[in-house]
Amino acid sequence: MVARVQLPRAAKRGEVIEVRIAIQHVMETGFRYDNFGRAVPKNVINTLVARYNGVQIFRAELGSGVAANPYLQFYTVAEASGEIVFDWVDDEGRTGSERAQLAVTG
Amino acid sequence: MILLAARCVFVWLALAAAGSAAAQNEAGIARRSTVEVISADARALPLPLKSGIEFSGADIRATQADDFANPGMLWVTRGEKLWREPAGGQSKSCASCHDDATKTMKGVAMRYPLLDPGTARLLNLEGRILQCRERRQLAELFKYESDELLALTAYVRLQSRGMPVNVTIDWQNREHFEAGREIYYRRIGQLNLSCAQCHQDNWGKKLGAETLSQGHGNAYPVYRLEWQTVGSLHRRFRTCFSAMRSEMLPHGAPEYLDLELFMAWRAGGLPIETPGVRR
Repeated sequence: MVARVQLPRAAKRGEVIEVRIAIQHVMETGFRYDNFGRAVPKNVINTLVARYNGVQIFRAELGSGVAANPYLQFYTVAEASGEIVFDWVDDEGRTGSERAQLAVTG
Repeated sequence: MILLAARCVFVWLALAAAGSAAAQNEAGIARRSTVEVISADARALPLPLKSGIEFSGADIRATQADDFANPGMLWVTRGEKLWREPAGGQSKSCASCHDDATKTMKGVAMRYPLLDPGTARLLNLEGRILQCRERRQLAELFKYESDELLALTAYVRLQSRGMPVNVTIDWQNREHFEAGREIYYRRIGQLNLSCAQCHQDNWGKKLGAETLSQGHGNAYPVYRLEWQTVGSLHRRFRTCFSAMRSEMLPHGAPEYLDLELFMAWRAGGLPIETPGVRR
């Protein structure tokens, strides 16, 4: 699974920063049928967790209402230099991970 | 016989062009449907040229303009990885020969489709990548509409983003060009429509809720919201052919390549937008 994460390269301590993540995933709803009339099993990223230096700062539970290739955006406070690690898992049990570095000054 | 006649007319036209204005007019009116001289002013073109993005709503434009929100960039990221990934018997990657794509692939995509001198076959960018994989990397071929091939194509085309589509029509690729033009103007399918009837004669008007675009391929491969994925120009051709209730040709079919060449000529000057976003 390909994912892209975007953070500001550097931030001041206490600054509110924007965090964005996009993941390539089919997000199969479970409501569709293939050309032979068989139901296509649901397969969505059901849980996504973001940890900032080990501390969970964001958690999302996604369902069949989310379009393919989900794109999420949230805000957090820059406290210390380190990394934000994203982990997610889909209904088939496949996991993905992506990380991004943040340099905090002041 | 027809071919011979066409050739005679062509010579005659060339002579007429050099001769008096009256002769030129006569030739032009009498034989325009058979032979057209390709030059800037003879282009049967929608003017002004408009990229498909200009027919899209504000939200689609914003998504395409933002390189992070644009889902097509996920394929580009994948393509960037594939570029460096060794494959095949020789364990060669694209980068082994072509080095840094941001430098070596700049300004390459806009010349495609072009005639491959070795095989005398018309190749689009997908075809060129597959040829490289087959002959240089000795690796397993990607399927035409696979994520991998789309990713590599998008990555290579991105290096020419903003540069104008620029194919040259000469005696070598002329046959393909004429074949492409023929497909463009031929009425097909149960609805008895040609490409030109929507994208040449009626662009800017409504078809249901959609505004008909001029039908250029400068943003392909694009992320289409309807597909929920990135797709190639040939997939889009198939969608159009299906909408005309016509037989869909396989991805990479020679007819589609000819059509792609004609359309690249028709879109000449429009900037490459890959990866585009469309509804």
